[in-house]
Amino acid sequence: MLQDTLNHVQDPVVLEGLTQVGAATVLAALVVILSRQRGLELESELSVAFVRGFVQVVAVGLVIGVLLTVPMAWSTLILLGMVGGATWISRQRGEGLPGVTQVSFLAITVGAGLVIVTMTWAGAIEPTVRSLVPVGSLVIANAMKINSLALDRLKDELQDKRDEIEVGLALGGPPRAVLARHLRTSVQASLIPVVDSLKSLGWVWIPGVMAGMILGGENPVYAALYQFVIMAMIFAAGGLTSMLTSLLMGRRVITEAEQLRRAGDGGS
Amino acid sequence: MPDAPPLATRNLTRVVDGQTLIADVTIEARAEEVFVVFGASGSGKTSLLRLLNRLDEPTRGTVFLDGTDYRDIEPRTLRRRVGWVPQQPTLVAGTVAENVVWGPKLRGEPVDDGRLHKLLDRLGLSGFEERAADRLSGGEAQRVAIARTLFNDPNIVLLDEPAASLDAEAADRVESLLAGVMDAYALTAVLVTHDADRARRLGQRGVRLEGGQVVQGGAVKTVVK
Repeated sequence: MLQDTLNHVQDPVVLEGLTQVGAATVLAALVVILSRQRGLELESELSVAFVRGFVQVVAVGLVIGVLLTVPMAWSTLILLGMVGGATWISRQRGEGLPGVTQVSFLAITVGAGLVIVTMTWAGAIEPTVRSLVPVGSLVIANAMKINSLALDRLKDELQDKRDEIEVGLALGGPPRAVLARHLRTSVQASLIPVVDSLKSLGWVWIPGVMAGMILGGENPVYAALYQFVIMAMIFAAGGLTSMLTSLLMGRRVITEAEQLRRAGDGGS
Repeated sequence: MPDAPPLATRNLTRVVDGQTLIADVTIEARAEEVFVVFGASGSGKTSLLRLLNRLDEPTRGTVFLDGTDYRDIEPRTLRRRVGWVPQQPTLVAGTVAENVVWGPKLRGEPVDDGRLHKLLDRLGLSGFEERAADRLSGGEAQRVAIARTLFNDPNIVLLDEPAASLDAEAADRVESLLAGVMDAYALTAVLVTHDADRARRLGQRGVRLEGGQVVQGGAVKTVVK
């Protein structure tokens, strides 16, 4: 495993990459200098972010280099670890919502998991670590983002529209009917970025996977088709995650006596 | 239970984060009377009202409706029997008619248009059916909120200072219309107010709350002194 990592580092292409990093760093340094000259007081933050980004991404490259050498069965564990991390990050957006950690974990696992399994079965994702981990991480990361947006919007809705919800409950309305429009708003808001991305796909924005495949010499039409598959996977996983989160959260924010819980009630 | 009052509480208590909002409140509202809960701002009036239709959960004690512990009544049934008019009308986006029929709509029940028009007429809202709820004055919005509660056909109504946020003229109009519908529908009401004159005009008996506790009970004129 160590030998594999050393082989990756000593590859001549890495030296070539470092030269390119040097050129990019000169450009970034220019921004830092300009920031200093214009008194924007951003140079410290920009420098730290730049160095931190470099260290993080190289570390990830090394880790992926190691991961590519492990048996395929490890993919499940790696992806589950990613879901765990995604849950941890996403739950912070719904801080105070009851059972937000459990709901996020379940929703991301089912939403992203179902799409990854189905598309692997359909042949769009190769059943190898090299393919499963990067494509899976893309799907999980986007499911996380959409889950975070759904939680954030739902939390706002429950706070801002608390009076309206309680009037509905006080009229003897079933909680599901009373909450319906607020849950719908949360799902719709969470999907706006991915829907806009789909709308602008190709003519405003050429996404990373497609750009990478074309740069790597792949047939541009196939690259475009594969990019669409990726976007569709992101949309499906995000939509499932968001809907599941709203469905489960809709049940958790209401008590057995059909009262609207207050933020902080009912654990996290 | 034939002789049981429509609404009674026993040692009703609510504690939130170690703070006692309502402490050992025992009250009884008789049939067709307006029972007043009088007190200054922060005395616990609204907290008490929210316990009566179980929008909040008592920490201790309970409420009896016609002698039945309300924890034995399904929440949706309970809230149809005990209507609530909040301090702010809190209307939803849509027309006046859509707001008034919101209760049955949420439950997927059919709406009797004849009853709707009759109720709007009684509350001085005739011809308002298609008007947008966000274009109403404060007094009109509060009357729509009262109509929304009454359209749900409750036996008891909880009135949380329904005229407190209105100007004097609109408040008087709401008060006189309220007095009229209470009589016409033979309703029992619990009225929360800090306005002694209004309490005297509308109520028969009541309690004065201080720090979530009943400090005096009896005829309204003695309670609001």
